[in-house]
Amino acid sequence: MPKHTFKVNGRQVTVDIEDDTRLLWVLRDVLGITGPKYGCGINVCKACTSHINGKAFNPCSVPVSKIGPDDEITTIEGLPATVGKDLHPMQEAWIDRDVPQCGYCQPGQIMAAVDKVREVKHKGGTITDEDIDEIRNMCACGTYFRIREAIKQGAEGM
Amino acid sequence: MAGQHRSGEPGRPKTGDMGRRRFLGYLIAAPTLAVGVKLGEAGFDPEPAVAEAGLPSVLPEVQEVYDLSDLLLDSTRPTANLITVVVNEDGTVSFAMPRSENGQGVTTMAAMLIAEEMDIPVEDVKVEPADARPELLFNQQTQGSNTAITMYTPIRVAAALARGRLLEAAAIKLGDEATNLRTRAGRVISKAGSSIPFAELAAEAASTETREALTQLKPREEYTVIGTEQRRDDIVAAVTGQKTYTTDIDFPEALPTMIARPPTIKGTVESVNNLDQVKNMPGVSDVVTISTDASPRTGPSPSGVAVRARTFGHCIEAIRALDITWGPGSVDGESDESILRQIRDAQAPFNAPSPTPLDQAAGEVPLVTEPLGNVGPTEAIEEEFVFYWRSNAAMEPNVAVADVREDSAEVWTPTQVPIWTQQQVAEELGLPVGKVTVHVMRGGGGFGRRLFNEAPLEAVRVSKQTGKPVRLMWHRADECRAGRAHPMCTSRIRATYSKSLGKVVSFEQRHTGVSTDYTEVFGEMLTSNAARLPFSNELSVSQSVFYLTVNVPYDFGGIVLGYNEIFAFDKFATGSVRNLNNADVRPAQELMVDRLAAKLGKDRLEFRLAHLEEGRAKRVLEKVRDAGEWGRELPKGVAQGVAVHEEYKGVMAVLAEVDARPRTANRQIRGATTGPRVTRVTMAVDVGLPINPLGLRAQLEGGIMTGISHVFTGSLHLRDGNFQEASWDDYRYTRHWNAPPEVNIIVIPPEGERIGGAGEFAVGASTAAVASAYAAASKTMPTTFPIGHEKGLPFTVKSFEPPVPPSPKDGLRAYPAPSAAKGAFNPAR
Repeated sequence: MPKHTFKVNGRQVTVDIEDDTRLLWVLRDVLGITGPKYGCGINVCKACTSHINGKAFNPCSVPVSKIGPDDEITTIEGLPATVGKDLHPMQEAWIDRDVPQCGYCQPGQIMAAVDKVREVKHKGGTITDEDIDEIRNMCACGTYFRIREAIKQGAEGM
Repeated sequence: MAGQHRSGEPGRPKTGDMGRRRFLGYLIAAPTLAVGVKLGEAGFDPEPAVAEAGLPSVLPEVQEVYDLSDLLLDSTRPTANLITVVVNEDGTVSFAMPRSENGQGVTTMAAMLIAEEMDIPVEDVKVEPADARPELLFNQQTQGSNTAITMYTPIRVAAALARGRLLEAAAIKLGDEATNLRTRAGRVISKAGSSIPFAELAAEAASTETREALTQLKPREEYTVIGTEQRRDDIVAAVTGQKTYTTDIDFPEALPTMIARPPTIKGTVESVNNLDQVKNMPGVSDVVTISTDASPRTGPSPSGVAVRARTFGHCIEAIRALDITWGPGSVDGESDESILRQIRDAQAPFNAPSPTPLDQAAGEVPLVTEPLGNVGPTEAIEEEFVFYWRSNAAMEPNVAVADVREDSAEVWTPTQVPIWTQQQVAEELGLPVGKVTVHVMRGGGGFGRRLFNEAPLEAVRVSKQTGKPVRLMWHRADECRAGRAHPMCTSRIRATYSKSLGKVVSFEQRHTGVSTDYTEVFGEMLTSNAARLPFSNELSVSQSVFYLTVNVPYDFGGIVLGYNEIFAFDKFATGSVRNLNNADVRPAQELMVDRLAAKLGKDRLEFRLAHLEEGRAKRVLEKVRDAGEWGRELPKGVAQGVAVHEEYKGVMAVLAEVDARPRTANRQIRGATTGPRVTRVTMAVDVGLPINPLGLRAQLEGGIMTGISHVFTGSLHLRDGNFQEASWDDYRYTRHWNAPPEVNIIVIPPEGERIGGAGEFAVGASTAAVASAYAAASKTMPTTFPIGHEKGLPFTVKSFEPPVPPSPKDGLRAYPAPSAAKGAFNPAR
């Protein structure tokens, strides 16, 4: 079976698995990294949103063979380390606003929010309601309003 | 000062303490302090301590169940059916709660109640859902928004007993009288100022025998925790990815398992034509044909092919490779149009203002009729509203981990009805109930979906057949097509009014729909079996639930409500969607109230205010009128709508604003269903005593989002015997681009100790207010919901064979990803 080597949350990993196995299942079912959630498997609900080399992506839709040895995957578990703290400012805002209900989509929501704020800041702007309108992460509990407030708050700390 | 008000001597309350109710509980023999109370009978004096609201009156006499059921013999032991609170050696307090936690915040609420009564920090109370406990009878189910209502008193009684016992133990240690001691921040403190932490008392306070004890509760005016805002108990775990859901559990032998399901609703497997080929695919461990029926042991007709494999990705590949010949389903050939015809054929005629006598067999029961008197000439308005199918899928799909052995079974699943789960699993496997363990996991959303046992039953079937543990999860496509839906229905209203009197004379509503499956309704098997009897589901349960939850909050003269349904309860897979009938009944009513106001030349809000029957309802309506700036100047195409709603012992008013201007409704966000935007929602809510206003607001906000979905886009399209939606890009629940940027929820300050429910409360009212606002903004009278439903399918339908879509490979190029939606879609156009 092919071997695949890459970095997850700062740790070098190697897995023996078929080339076309989507990364989400490698993370969850092989490596036991369960923060990224399954919600649709076709890149529309965004519950598995994680970062590759600092940019948001959805591992449910990426074969593991497309991840190179130099690629760095960050899941919700590895987000705090990217700022050298116990919690990322976005997670702190999520706690402050008591955003989650069932919590299932929230790792993906946070990873998407961090990416959206980085993108806006990179362009020299500040996050607006219109920016947040473009976030595709689905939430069936309906936590959208608190997410909206938390993103604005978290962005201030980023 | 906290703590000085109560008797410190459990079992010997002060006789002079008149007016204070005493409650009975038990000290339980255990290594550290453990106390228990009986659920549903925690009260000691004749006045019932626990309101049993939320349970329809058709609840059978408990005595009958004792007599009938061998498996419940255990419950006759006096202490068997206790909920217990344990003080641990480290001073923390543990409580295994007989409720499910699917995001409603009930474990946080329980921790607050215990912290309040014991005077310890909330974070020192650890609450987890309890395993299935059949001896609790009807007291372990989570539905009808009843958790706060039923648990408020029993939990406090247990905590008060524990505190009293800690005081006794401390008194011995300090050589003082317990009545001289008080408690604060997890310590017992004496008048002289010495103190002992609970941790040092936990073992000494333990009882060597199990015996009855009495206690009293902290008076309402001394609350310092109840009524304050507390964050969720699992908040840090939830935002760091550490919260453990069913498919996350550490059980490596339980391999991922997914099921290939039929292309039509309740279809069957005739043959699997390439079984060996699929068994030999990479990573695949087992492929077995199983029943996917929601009931145990329903016969030999297999209806799914299960794949157990190394990862869920391998399961998906194998399911897509399976060549299966499928047999017919239960509704082949049926479509929205054909079902609507059958509903219309079954609709009962209007007959107010002189309702005929009860006609039970036809399922028409006038709820309220009042003598109308001579009102002179009247005019009438009449309308039919159509509500299409809605999915109750949560973000976490149906899931269960199962390990079936020869003489026992263990199941992990986020069930809302653990006793029924345990009983059905036992029946399926032919095991005694006591040999089945059901661990209730924290779940990723409930909304009614986890009131049925499809996932645990499928998981134990696969585990039994393969002889191996399984980690079963539904594919998202299964969630839409094989999952439960809120049944399609119509609501017809006829109202008569007198222009000369300026009054509504009669208001008649006839609700007709596909039957709702209520076999889960008491979370217990005997009653569930009773609901399966012919006509029983409709006559004993559906109608009871309808009449117990539905009302018209306005004084409209003669009010008649009628409900009837078509089909057996299991022809479709149906259930509630975060609410029962009110998500349909109330918007239909409120839209007619708008029309009545117009006919009588009155302002829509003031007209409601003038006709509301209840003072609390008037107050919340006045609140939203003022805070939401009713009648403020808005651009053409933007308008306000309003609704008032009473349910679950609470009352609320909602004022919504909808922007239906073309530039808003047609705004382009790639792959998004945009449409009219709800721009502002103001809600005022009176639930009596809000235990945790922060959690309450979260529940209400969620209800608003579901209401928005119900009005505009969230529905399933039935065509050729199955639903066309198969994911979150075509089932269009509210998304960030639809969510209101402004939400203001006013919680009326606590009054007394009346406890209300919250989980479903906001859905009907929000749906109604948003529909009312949209009608005003668009100057239309919407009569089909969601309003976009009849505008065709604005998406590419995913394949039925194979039953799951391919996993994309372009996730590195496509962020955000494309969706099945065909460009931006405005459901209002």
